[in-house]
Amino acid sequence: MDKISTENIDLKIKLLEDFNNLEVNLNGESKNNIHKIRQDAIASFEELGFPVKKMEEWKYTNLKPVFKHDFKTVFEPAKTQLKRKDLEKYLVEGLKVNLLVFINGQFNEKLSSIVTRSEKIFIGSFSEGRISFNDVIEKHFSKYADYKNRSLTALNTAFAKDGAFIYLKKGVQVSEPVHILNIADASADSVMIQPRNLIVAEEGSDIKIIEDYYSLGDNHSFTNAVTEIYCAPNARLDRYKIQNDNDKAYHVGTTQVQQEQDSYFSDTTISWGGAITRNDLNAVFNGTNTECHFYGLYLLNGKQHVDNHTLADHKMPHCYSNELYKGIIDDKATGVFNGKIMVREDAQKTNAYQSNGNILLSEDATIYSKPQLEIFADDVKCSHGATTGQLNKEEMFYLRARGIGKDEARILLLNAFAGDVMDSVKIDELREKLREELSKKLIK
Amino acid sequence: MGNEVELLEKVTSGDYKYGFTTDVEMDLAPKGLSEDTIKMISKKKNEPESMLEWRLKAYKLWLDMKEPKWANIKYPPIDYQDIIYYAAPKQKKKLNSLDELDPEIRRTYEKLGIPLVEQMMLAGVAVDAVMDSVSVATTYKEKLAELGIIFCSMSEAIENHKDLVMKYLGSVVPQSDNFFAALNSAVFTDGSFVYIPKGVRCPMELSTYFRINAENSGQFERTLIIADEGSYVSYLEGCTAPMRDENQLHAAVVELIALKDAEIKYSTVQNWYPGDKDGKGGIYNFVTKRGICFGDNSKISWTQVETGSSITWKYPSVILKGDNSIGEFYSVALTNNHQQADTGTKMLHLGKNTKSRIVSKGISAGKSQNSYRGLVEVSKRADNARNFSQCDSLLMGDRCGAHTFPYFEIKNTSAHVEHEATTSKIGEDIMFYCNQRGISEEDAVALIVNGYAKEVLNQLPMEFAVEAQKLLAISLEGSVG
Repeated sequence: MDKISTENIDLKIKLLEDFNNLEVNLNGESKNNIHKIRQDAIASFEELGFPVKKMEEWKYTNLKPVFKHDFKTVFEPAKTQLKRKDLEKYLVEGLKVNLLVFINGQFNEKLSSIVTRSEKIFIGSFSEGRISFNDVIEKHFSKYADYKNRSLTALNTAFAKDGAFIYLKKGVQVSEPVHILNIADASADSVMIQPRNLIVAEEGSDIKIIEDYYSLGDNHSFTNAVTEIYCAPNARLDRYKIQNDNDKAYHVGTTQVQQEQDSYFSDTTISWGGAITRNDLNAVFNGTNTECHFYGLYLLNGKQHVDNHTLADHKMPHCYSNELYKGIIDDKATGVFNGKIMVREDAQKTNAYQSNGNILLSEDATIYSKPQLEIFADDVKCSHGATTGQLNKEEMFYLRARGIGKDEARILLLNAFAGDVMDSVKIDELREKLREELSKKLIK
Repeated sequence: MGNEVELLEKVTSGDYKYGFTTDVEMDLAPKGLSEDTIKMISKKKNEPESMLEWRLKAYKLWLDMKEPKWANIKYPPIDYQDIIYYAAPKQKKKLNSLDELDPEIRRTYEKLGIPLVEQMMLAGVAVDAVMDSVSVATTYKEKLAELGIIFCSMSEAIENHKDLVMKYLGSVVPQSDNFFAALNSAVFTDGSFVYIPKGVRCPMELSTYFRINAENSGQFERTLIIADEGSYVSYLEGCTAPMRDENQLHAAVVELIALKDAEIKYSTVQNWYPGDKDGKGGIYNFVTKRGICFGDNSKISWTQVETGSSITWKYPSVILKGDNSIGEFYSVALTNNHQQADTGTKMLHLGKNTKSRIVSKGISAGKSQNSYRGLVEVSKRADNARNFSQCDSLLMGDRCGAHTFPYFEIKNTSAHVEHEATTSKIGEDIMFYCNQRGISEEDAVALIVNGYAKEVLNQLPMEFAVEAQKLLAISLEGSVG
């Protein structure tokens, strides 16, 4: 145990050194606000260190295996062998999107393409965005994601250099979704990358965002991503996070959403791959009458470990939140679901629902489910439910009796089980792609 | 709605109806905890050497432990050196009949509405009344003895049935289990001991009334119930305590052991002093209760009605070790004013075809915080385990909190686990329906709350069910929707 914790400290020391080097190269940036935030963030990371299993929030997820590897943490400005045609397989067929490509956390302009052109919109990289929309970034950057108490968010904040920045002015509706494609290229070294995304949707704007993660190469990759989303009054935002890493990849992703009055936010988080994955999805309702949906699907096999933490924080009255997470766990994989509904003292007339369903397919599969309600107001309607079981024997029998083979029946039933999460995807082409991927993964 | 507020205030300002102090000459140990205190307790109780060693081991473990902080409760730090660990009513000789009982103590019970004599004769309940830490009256012992049932105080059991006690004591809740269990193991002064021999069905409900009396004396009860193969027992525990301004610590340990084909039913009505309406005073109740379904086809059922104590920290659990064993947990927890309750259960499925059922009903009013915290664990070898949990919360008043923290750890694919939880207040439409039919708001609330808790109250033995219903009504008198 001691050995691993020293290694853990090694990465910490390395990152702290990296930060000092970064400081030196900042040239004149040292006076603005973001720089101050960075310094605060690194200080809190230094104090907090990496999360350990003793913490209630990390009770079921052990990051120790991650620290066994020697990660490269600093990258030269974008250099990659990847060509546009290599990316085809990652794209959604037949869907016109604004594509933003990030390789090892660095924006790649050549591979990216923006189709929606308008003065009222900015879709691009963080560093680019700072040239024309610095005031917007200063206003929202790091205002929502908590870097004071969450060490990995602090770490990301300290190193926040590049990532997607999407800004919609008042009343803009973008019909072409934005596709943020993150590729971790670990073919030469094991890499640690820290993308930082900021999405600001002003009053009455509307957009759909696809955020997906892939990894390449035989070495390990460790992604520590943070996405901040701000929905101004009446804004509508749909976001799909798809994690498609290989079995060498570790992924920790935090999404922090701030919703103002009458806004709408929907998230679908799909975890297909990765060795250890941890998703944190937190939404704070800062205005009345907001609507929020969390959908999630995790399909695990091998020795995969996926941990989904969600929080719907009802601060204001008359808000609605709904959550549905489903998991199919096979082989020696482990799934974790920790959903929390928080209803603060003044949040009367809250409606909050939460549901988690799991199917265990193998003897060695494990699920830890922890649906929580914390309620401080009386005039609320809240409920949650959790189930764990196996494939329904009667349903199986029904299908078998009608001449459907065992495997086929199993796939049919599991497809149906995952169906209501799939239905939450409102982009038809993406939904079809996900359905195909699901069916493919279900074939043994 | 203004009417509601008024009514609610009326409820929350209701005084504790069982507050009084009995003047009995007390035999007190000096304040504080040390090896000497433990040696003194052990010596006072004429315990064998092995028992003293057992206590000292627990004390040493306790010294290295930290008070748990994870529960959803807040309280000022407890000074463990400021507690009297031994207090016994002075008694010259052992009693043969109730007539020899100190009249002052008897009056106490009468004030509580449990006339011991009447209860003995009419209800047919054997009462092992505990006044502070030493049993002062044990009834119906002879009748039970005919069947081979041992029902006595813990100190008597240690004296007379040493082997049985030493075999099972700490087997379910070891000294190292948690901070409060270790403390209890070191300093427990008395409690109840029950042994039901093979194939015997206990003919009556066994019952103990606990009272905390001496000022500043923490009460450390230790209960051990063993149901041998094929036996059945139903055990009742009920509590009230006099009004005090200083917080009193209570850290009891209850261990249940059900061997093959045995069944234990353990019911509790807890109505200790909850503190006044500003949250001053009240009992701190940190209890470790655990049962083990040791043999195949055994069953353990916990039922609790928790209305008292300023802090309740209590998780009656069942270890389902034997195949086909069953664990049940039924709970009504009511908190008012500044009360805090963090209660729930653990169901650990180890054997095959084990079943568990959890029904928890929380009611929070005033400025209280009420949490359900439960764990259902299905281990790898527990094939065909089945669990159903239902945790509902009812909120009355906009400054109270209701929280649910269920944990599920499932490691077997054949497990079938379901959990449901809802939180709501009493619907305006339901209140309207009642009012419209001439039922006053006050009665309607009592009606609705009793209906809401019925699933649990139904599990209580007759004598208790009546008391429990009364308790809920008293605690919510004139309540609102």
